[in-house]
Amino acid sequence: MEPFKNFTGVVAPLDRANVDTDAIIPKQFLKSIQRTGFGPYLFDELRYLDHGEPEMDCTNRPLNPTFMLNDPRYGQAEILLARENFGCGSSREHAPWALADFGFRVILAPSFADIFFNNCFKNGILPIVLASKVVDGLFEQATGAVPLRIAVDLSVQNLTLDDGTCIPFTVEAGSKHGLIEGLDDIGLTLKQVDAIRAYEERRRSDAPWVFIGA
Amino acid sequence: MGAKTLYDKLWDEHVVRVDDNGTALLYIDRQLVHEVTSPQAFEGLRLTGRQPWRTSANLAVPDHNVPTTEHERAAGIADPVARIQVAALGTNCATFGITEFGMGDHRQGIVHVIGPEQGFTLPGSTVVCGDSHTSTHGAFGALAFGIGTSEVEHVLATQCLIQRPSKTMLIRVNGALGPGVTAKDIVLAIIGEIGTAGGTGYVIEFGGDAIRALSMEGRMTVCNMTIEAGARAGLIAVDEKTIDYLRGRPYAPTGDLFERAAAHWRTLVSDEGAAFDRVVDLDAASIQPQVTWGTSPEMVLPIDGRVPDPDAEPDPVKAGGIRRALDYMGLTAGMPIVDIRPDKVFIGSCTNSRIEDLRAAAEVARGRKVSDRIKLAMVVPGSGLVKAQAEAEGLDRIFTEAGFEWREPGCSMCLAMNADRLEPGERCASTSNRNFEGRQGQGGRTHLVSPIMAVAAAVAGHFVDVRAL
Repeated sequence: MEPFKNFTGVVAPLDRANVDTDAIIPKQFLKSIQRTGFGPYLFDELRYLDHGEPEMDCTNRPLNPTFMLNDPRYGQAEILLARENFGCGSSREHAPWALADFGFRVILAPSFADIFFNNCFKNGILPIVLASKVVDGLFEQATGAVPLRIAVDLSVQNLTLDDGTCIPFTVEAGSKHGLIEGLDDIGLTLKQVDAIRAYEERRRSDAPWVFIGA
Repeated sequence: MGAKTLYDKLWDEHVVRVDDNGTALLYIDRQLVHEVTSPQAFEGLRLTGRQPWRTSANLAVPDHNVPTTEHERAAGIADPVARIQVAALGTNCATFGITEFGMGDHRQGIVHVIGPEQGFTLPGSTVVCGDSHTSTHGAFGALAFGIGTSEVEHVLATQCLIQRPSKTMLIRVNGALGPGVTAKDIVLAIIGEIGTAGGTGYVIEFGGDAIRALSMEGRMTVCNMTIEAGARAGLIAVDEKTIDYLRGRPYAPTGDLFERAAAHWRTLVSDEGAAFDRVVDLDAASIQPQVTWGTSPEMVLPIDGRVPDPDAEPDPVKAGGIRRALDYMGLTAGMPIVDIRPDKVFIGSCTNSRIEDLRAAAEVARGRKVSDRIKLAMVVPGSGLVKAQAEAEGLDRIFTEAGFEWREPGCSMCLAMNADRLEPGERCASTSNRNFEGRQGQGGRTHLVSPIMAVAAAVAGHFVDVRAL
């Protein structure tokens, strides 16, 4: 995974609650056996007026003019601003793959669904939980004629708005470290081989039925 | 030592080590694998030259993409992209030595149906799968939750996951359910009560007389939709029903070892006085048959309800959500639920495709006919074994005589990755778990109900109280 670097990016506002992972990347694109190439199909049913299929060339598809990502202000956005319970539903990691492939690196919302939240960190995306009132204020600013830009500093856990306003945020120490270093979780866990083997030996003796026939 | 919740017991039993930052390395006993969320995980193993830690901890089955017609089963999957994905699962399992119930295997079926059916899901174990409805297996007193593909690879390679303990919620459903009210209605009513984000950050234990009175199938239905309440895992304490269900299953222990296991499993209950972070009480007798009207499972009402009016909702974000849902669903505020007319009826999915679901649905369908207004009514059994059992009991004939199509097992129209889907604007009475926009096909409109309520809607041509049929 690429290490997460501090950056300043445009905020794209997605003003609806309970955005599910089916909406982020519809089921037909889950047939791919690749990890990349999902960006053009991000929010497919909201973004285009026709029906999308895997491997379709999206350059000439009819765009939904009311969907915010089709607004020139937000086309290059790297920060997604969302409402409550973002990423609910299916565990599909294709959702963060599609968001990352499009170019999103940070998601701001009052709350996230657990599995999605966790999947983000595995793909270099930083999901940040902010108070509802703060999110309301950001929506107001992000929908103005000039798009809102935010500087994201993960090391000191701070967002800085165009007007100089600072918004601190929290992130779990382990997840932060993983993002900044671009760590391979599996490699890290495999450093604990001895502990895993010792546990497994104990478990084989305490609960041998777990290891029978399966 | 203080009183422990069932979740505490399961957690403590699986901690390999605790890191300085408070995360734990949790041992995973079993992993279920399907074709959609595993190819990139196997590819990851290949790219890094890693091998599965314990191949026998995994059981694989294609379910999301498989066709449900005999013709397409025999001819091979028509969609070339889906065909490649199903083939990739077979190749990956053969390469890495993992047991797979392929499309031609009589045990093939929906991953969350076959895990319990095979006794692969055991009480006290940790069970994961790259699928959010892994919460189903919590019905056995197993800590079971859905994970992403990176974590599927993590479990394959290390047999562990990096986790942080969850908060605990106890939902007690007290008293007895009325006739015609099912496990599906319980869980829909719970989601209506606490909301789709109500369980975020929690593991939910379901208790109370109405839960204890449910069969294992009913308990699986409740735990299955825990994720729709925002919680990754649901739990139900072990009792003799749990143990009896597992006796004689292919992957369950046998003989003395079974008795030794059962003795341990009987301890898998929350201790008297154990503290939960939140407790919710529901009165079973007050639960009516439920129907969702909107595009989130929390948008649910009893059958005698009326579609809500966004102008009566003070919260502007919620009002906007109701307005958008009504528009998408093609409904008007104040409309009675019983006036909603489905075009299609789907009985199936990891929520409601087990033998008991089919028996209950067949009982209502017996001697009745699907309304002429219904374009398609289909029953998709959860597994090849469920299908065979249902056929042995003559349920298939009851369904086909009533006008239902009787199909081959798979996820089917729950998420419409195969050919079974809604066309834009079509409305479905569905026993599945999600009514999101486009879930059953782009532009499709889903109403979630129990199997008997789905049959009642098929027969009447509109939603109707099954108790009045």
